[in-house]
Amino acid sequence: MEITVRSLWTMIHGMGFGALYLLACSGALVELYRFTISPAPSASTPGQERFLKVYLIAMVILAWAAVLTGTYLIYPWYRAAPPPGTVDLSMFPQHLLMSNSGTIGWHSLGMEWKEHVAWFAPISITMVAFVFIRYGRDLSNHRQLRAAVLCFAAASFLAAGIAGLFGAMINKYAPVQGGHTIQLSPRSN
Amino acid sequence: MNASHPAASPNVPAITNGSGAAAILSAGIGAFALAVLAFAGDKSATVKSILVFYKPTGALSGVTTTAILIWLLAWGILELRWRAKTVALGTLNIVALTMLALSFLLTFPPIADRL
Repeated sequence: MEITVRSLWTMIHGMGFGALYLLACSGALVELYRFTISPAPSASTPGQERFLKVYLIAMVILAWAAVLTGTYLIYPWYRAAPPPGTVDLSMFPQHLLMSNSGTIGWHSLGMEWKEHVAWFAPISITMVAFVFIRYGRDLSNHRQLRAAVLCFAAASFLAAGIAGLFGAMINKYAPVQGGHTIQLSPRSN
Repeated sequence: MNASHPAASPNVPAITNGSGAAAILSAGIGAFALAVLAFAGDKSATVKSILVFYKPTGALSGVTTTAILIWLLAWGILELRWRAKTVALGTLNIVALTMLALSFLLTFPPIADRL
């Protein structure tokens, strides 16, 4: 069993940071909603409040890690230009997608949207985390602040969902591969 | 009102909403700046070449770096101006969420390509 360095980083970017962020988003939305609509502040203990703050900080780290690895590590491998006369485009995912009318949309719509929309996730969740950490249980006394926080958290979920969906589909049709091969288990004869 | 124990005074905000409003509006500005820069880079070859901060990533490097700087700058300025104030958050929420919604639309290729 083996994996290339580029495949491993793509997996860390998508499955490690991206998918984990999406999973965390659903939990955060429920918890933020429950926490901020609670009529009695005593319904949430300081321990629960602290937990949610740490949870949101972890989400901020995941979101930034996902977009930074995506933009500065995976994307250059994805958009690399093949030398003139290259016939086998398997090492050049963008060009591989664009070489076929059946897959060109995964780049022209999927990647073109994903590469920008993904950045709305860390921007939004950083704001959400900041507001929650700054206000804590006092958020229950700020109805409009609470509404905005929930909307931005939902937008962050949507942005990450769009990026994740297109990322998974693009990697299915034109996987990022190459680089050194890492042997995960001994070769069987 | 005890500011250190906001839970002691339910329904009475212990902190003004200015700091939160600054964070919300600047997030909308940051997202919208990113969308506008991406759109401008898509429409103009000159803008696109200016936005290439890191060649392997192309114009995306400049679009995102510039947008993040605009977002953080806007956040810093608004935080300094509003942190101790109570602002009309209803209107600001609408502005911030409209900018966020427009950002999603402006980065969506079928829409951006028609503009």
